[in-house]
Amino acid sequence: MPLDRPDEQGAASFRATLDAFAAALVDPTCPPPAGTRGREGATDQRRFAVYRNNVAVSLIASLAARYPVTRRLVGEDFFRAMARAYAARSKPESPVLIHYGRGFPAFVATFEPARDLPYLADVACLENAWVEAYHAAEAEPLTLAALAALDADGLANARARFHPAARLVSSDHPIASIWAAHQGAGEVKAIENWRAEAAMTTRPAAEVILRLLPPGGYAFARALFHGATIRQAHAATEIEDFDAGAHLIGLIEAGAFAKLDV
Amino acid sequence: MSVLPSDLTRLAPDPPRRAGVGLKGEHIDQILAERPDLGFFEIHAENYMGEGGPPHRWLEAIRAAYPLSLHGVGLSIGSPKPLDLDHLARLAALNKRYQPGLFSEHLAWSTHDGGYLNDLLPLPYTAETLAVVVQHIDQVQETMRRRMLLENPSTYVVFAESTMAEVEFIKEVAERSGCGLLLDVSNVMVSATNHGFDPTVYIDSFPLRHVQEIHLAGFAETVDDAGQPLLIDAHDSPVRDRVWDLYRSVIKRLGPVPTLVEWDNDVPEWPVLYSQAKRAEAAMLSAMREAGELRHAS
Repeated sequence: MPLDRPDEQGAASFRATLDAFAAALVDPTCPPPAGTRGREGATDQRRFAVYRNNVAVSLIASLAARYPVTRRLVGEDFFRAMARAYAARSKPESPVLIHYGRGFPAFVATFEPARDLPYLADVACLENAWVEAYHAAEAEPLTLAALAALDADGLANARARFHPAARLVSSDHPIASIWAAHQGAGEVKAIENWRAEAAMTTRPAAEVILRLLPPGGYAFARALFHGATIRQAHAATEIEDFDAGAHLIGLIEAGAFAKLDV
Repeated sequence: MSVLPSDLTRLAPDPPRRAGVGLKGEHIDQILAERPDLGFFEIHAENYMGEGGPPHRWLEAIRAAYPLSLHGVGLSIGSPKPLDLDHLARLAALNKRYQPGLFSEHLAWSTHDGGYLNDLLPLPYTAETLAVVVQHIDQVQETMRRRMLLENPSTYVVFAESTMAEVEFIKEVAERSGCGLLLDVSNVMVSATNHGFDPTVYIDSFPLRHVQEIHLAGFAETVDDAGQPLLIDAHDSPVRDRVWDLYRSVIKRLGPVPTLVEWDNDVPEWPVLYSQAKRAEAAMLSAMREAGELRHAS
């Protein structure tokens, strides 16, 4: 397209300069952009590498902060390599980096070198749920007083609206026990009972709480989360002597709900 | 969640001409327990763009006790692409909620083709790029209904197509847009070392009358392809003596200015960061004293 006006030419040149810069930034095999200069008046690999390194290192640091247990499980070098591979293909969608890395668990699940750690992606999924719960909107959790006004039939037909910080994660592996054993920097206790586990995050007051859910309790909560009535959720557990009332009280006491729709 | 009191501006005034530090989650409990004597706290806006949770709770507590400065790192003002309106709206919402005394952003770009590159990237200085930056700042100031401060960058490369010196560019931006300036003295030292100019000459020609805040930080040191010293704006260590010297020369001329010590990576224990802020305050007091003595002598 012919550009007649000098300001349009200038604007097009500005765009072309930054296009070239951005392309070289994300491709380590690319030489420094031709229009850039170091102190000697020529392009300079090491200088341009500072920008490339800043982008990679800051994204890896962001993932390390979001996934501290995953990092402890595989060690610093392995984690950095895995995070670098993720950052190379998944750039943040916005400058709000507290949301960056939601796709990391799915990436970990397909990361070939992590294949021998089948629980790793699920632990990452739990860590992601924790961070989402941490930044979720404020809401008053429903209290047990809300049940007082309901008769048995009204309660059975009620549906729960979950608190914004409530997240459910289940796994074939003991993810909640692994998560708990790798908190802080202290010695890691061995997992005594290697079994499937499900967990729920809530934030009833200031801090995020993570609790283990029994198998029936997870199926019950999951059905409610997807919009089932309490009666339907009870049926979904497929456990004959399942005590729906006790589990409902447990969920409410944990701060899982914002409201009951009756 | 508590609702902000309507007389918040009375509770927490504009940052005074004192020192402040960047607010870090790891220091919050100690700060709220000890209430250190500081001029203000500065936050990276993007860290408070979650909907709720502990960060907003502690920021409310800090805001009730100290003046606040809001520092954006992701607006990409120096890009030829239109500003991200969603991001601008998030900034405006934070500004409205916390009513910070100062708001600043960078002369840099960081977003390209919808992806965020998470670094403060350099731009050429030409008539065309000047027009874009001024238009973006106009848009920011109109949307946020306040004056913003623009921070001078630290750079590792320059552009062959630049037709203006950086200082000249910044001066034009301030005059055309009416924005204030944030003078990052460490960035001046970093860029001066990297590009072989005298930092005092840069300061001499900088439009100091527009400066409403100063930043100080530590840098990392390496070399370029030619073996020349290359400083990296790493915010990972104490402010160096040569930066303190340059800072003193600035406040001798400007008088005390809200001065922030930035330390964002390898964040130290609270007393280490606090002592850096105290050093900035001591430098301001000493500059005032010297100015007073000069007046007495004449």
